[in-house]
Amino acid sequence: MGEATVRKGIRELSPLDIYMLLPRTNCGKCGEKNCMAFATKVVNREVPVELCTPLIEEEKYKDAYVKLREILAPAVKEVVIGVGEKSVKVGGKLVMYRHEFTYYNPTPIAIDVTDEMPENEVLERVKRVEDFAYNYIGRILKLDMIAIRSTSNDPTKFKSTVEKVANTTKLPLILCTFNPEVMKAGLEVVYDRRPLIYAATEHNWRQMADLALMYNCPLAIFSPGDLNLLKSLAGTLQEYGVEDLLLDPGTFPEEGLSETITNFTMIRRNACKGGDTLVGFPLIGVPMTVWLRKGSPKEVLQWKEAYLSAMLISRYADLLIMHSLEGWVLLPNIILRFNIYTDPRKPVSVEPGLRIFGSPDENSPVMFTTNYALTYFTVESDIKSANIDCYLIVVDTGGISVESSVAGRILTSQTVADAIKKSGVEEKVKHRYLIIPGLAARLSGEIEELTGWKVLVGPRDSSGIPAFLKEHWPPKEK
Amino acid sequence: MGNEGKKENAVIRLGPKILELLSKLGEIELEDVEIEAEELEIWIPTIAPQVVSAPPTVAPPKVLPEKPTEILRAEFKPLTQKYPGRIVEVKLGATRAEGGSRGKVVKIGGEASPSFYLWEEVPPNPPAVSADVFDMEISLPRALKTHVQEVIGDPAAWAKLVVEKFGADMVTVHLISTDPLIKNTPPSEAAKIIEEVLQAVSVPIIVGGCGDPKKDAEVFKRVAEVAHGERVMLSSLTLDMAEAGVLGEVAKAAREHGHVALAFTAMELNRAKELNRRLYEYLPRDSIVMDLTTAALGYGIEYSFTIHERARLAALSGDAELQHPTSSGSTNAWAAREAWMKLGPEWEPRELRGPMWETITALALLLAGVDMFMMMHPAAIHTVKEVINNMLSRGRSKPEDIFDWVTLKI
Repeated sequence: MGEATVRKGIRELSPLDIYMLLPRTNCGKCGEKNCMAFATKVVNREVPVELCTPLIEEEKYKDAYVKLREILAPAVKEVVIGVGEKSVKVGGKLVMYRHEFTYYNPTPIAIDVTDEMPENEVLERVKRVEDFAYNYIGRILKLDMIAIRSTSNDPTKFKSTVEKVANTTKLPLILCTFNPEVMKAGLEVVYDRRPLIYAATEHNWRQMADLALMYNCPLAIFSPGDLNLLKSLAGTLQEYGVEDLLLDPGTFPEEGLSETITNFTMIRRNACKGGDTLVGFPLIGVPMTVWLRKGSPKEVLQWKEAYLSAMLISRYADLLIMHSLEGWVLLPNIILRFNIYTDPRKPVSVEPGLRIFGSPDENSPVMFTTNYALTYFTVESDIKSANIDCYLIVVDTGGISVESSVAGRILTSQTVADAIKKSGVEEKVKHRYLIIPGLAARLSGEIEELTGWKVLVGPRDSSGIPAFLKEHWPPKEK
Repeated sequence: MGNEGKKENAVIRLGPKILELLSKLGEIELEDVEIEAEELEIWIPTIAPQVVSAPPTVAPPKVLPEKPTEILRAEFKPLTQKYPGRIVEVKLGATRAEGGSRGKVVKIGGEASPSFYLWEEVPPNPPAVSADVFDMEISLPRALKTHVQEVIGDPAAWAKLVVEKFGADMVTVHLISTDPLIKNTPPSEAAKIIEEVLQAVSVPIIVGGCGDPKKDAEVFKRVAEVAHGERVMLSSLTLDMAEAGVLGEVAKAAREHGHVALAFTAMELNRAKELNRRLYEYLPRDSIVMDLTTAALGYGIEYSFTIHERARLAALSGDAELQHPTSSGSTNAWAAREAWMKLGPEWEPRELRGPMWETITALALLLAGVDMFMMMHPAAIHTVKEVINNMLSRGRSKPEDIFDWVTLKI
């Protein structure tokens, strides 16, 4: 496999590239009006090309279908670990930078247990992983997997721990040992759960490959600090028939940090920009290697694991194996992961409607903002931290900020008037003063005219709300 | 890769469920079926096909290629690129020889490659950290307050503390008391505070305003004068100043007295470019740093992350109006409630959660290309500096150090 064939980047791909390979009969079986509309959706990854049934059913389109699969294939292969509802998809990256398209498959986080931990400790850790949840902007953020390490190097012990864990949780598993016999013992009891085999190395790759093929499980390659070997093993294992591979180039904390981040970046760039398909596989980061540094206080190692994980989430890790179960270590990481993996093409929005802060009465201020999540949460945070009792109307602007929605005529006196009516705030207060965002100042005249409310132009930034209210509330008669 | 090689010649495709049934039967009889076809081929594989994420396609048994017995050696050659653009280098602070009185200066920028693409280029200057100092009592989360309790209300002592104890490369003095809605401290008094801080420490100084464009303009002009030659950075110059008609005079004062402007815009590259174009009328390119807005982790950091990546890539591709170093107000991390709020015992201690919030906010942006950080918590400052140091010292990884992580007993 040469590096010469550089696939068209996802960004360069136009709907026309897809359209030309479609049947172009406008049959509508895919649910779209015509093939061009379908091609646009396919290029935006909103629908799979397989919804075009003639394409896969009719012999004459076979070549076109193969070609489409090829040009639509992600630069980083998508690998499924686990089965059923809780299975995770890893990799599947189309681009190197999130602004080029969007990142798919948020980095799953696996927490480790070992086959020498007392049984109650193993089960307790598994339970903590299962129960871990944080409600963030109305979404529940969770942990994803269990990594079972064989520290005993004893097939019987490993098998028994794997069995216990598998009976306790439906979460996908990673079986960690470099000893093929130990691995086999573990696989025998859970192969039907499609665990990740961690890992093939320079020394055991043939036996591990045989296990991966025999049990049809994905296989990780561990080649710490040696990218030539990593790539060689990836090529060799593919030739051997193993298709679902993951790559661990080694996570080196502290003085090895520079090489770690550089390696992850070089690999991802070669896959996304260089057409180097041999390294076009998901990357595994193992921030728990910080625990190899013996003798440091626990909190110091947890601290290091926390920020190393964040750096790896930012720089191309598609799967993380961690040890710390502390909330303060994991919370910033699952939120960072959520943030980095949001679709930059879609504004994030919150539910429009009336929000009540503190215990407002009939004389309390009434303000409005838009339902762009970032705007809303900033305003919310400013109101809450100043302990203000007030009503806040969240106007539906389709998740667009105040400034942009005014400019784009999405936020108008009419939408504001409708939102006031719908909010029911008119029954809650006896005054008729509306504080509007400073960035929507130009709507004030129209709003007054249409709603009959008097407008007070508030600050341009919600951090100015407390000061604004201090000076302007209760309003002096105009 | 892909499925190119697989021959797919099934004419009638049957769902996996039906196939499973059929494979058990071995023989089938079609009843009440009318088939209109010239030639009919029904292909039934002997094993049930695997379920893959794509809709079911039935592949005949694979002819496996001969399996390798040796590792097929391949070489990993990292893709390297040359970029037509380069970030301008900006010097903050000035020594006595240069017309100021600083003991050291800090240079930022100068990169010719994306952030930490170390195989292409080791950046000429390490990213720097400036610690926040406020000119009056302000409300701070407890995790922050405990470290500065003693010096609140004494900016000079506060500045000394962050340089000597926190290891900050620079000091940002936020003149928030100048806010007309707070204390409305007059420019002359604000300038005195800056003079005191310049006396107290020998590192470069950043002067933060209150956010009111007109008042900031008055304060900055005065500060520029009294700090003549010190090459302080004025934080910040904005398009709001342009709208208020005061941008020119401030920029002129910066130029006359040899200072640097921090050009602040709210996450919009076109606005950032517009502001820079306006500043070019008064200031040389090497006297402009950009603040593209730092949103906290959990409160929009992805926008900050992406705008910095985009700005840097555009700059390197040749967009001259974006070829400036960037600064991040990473202390904004504390705007996230997760940084300081009680969330329940499983998320404690907040004394670690808070500074970690600030650390990760800064590190994500460090990797997106930011050149300097305005920070507050000593542990966060320490960690970010340590990471920068580790990243740039380019220590070799030792495979044997991590080889047995799988069998590690914790």
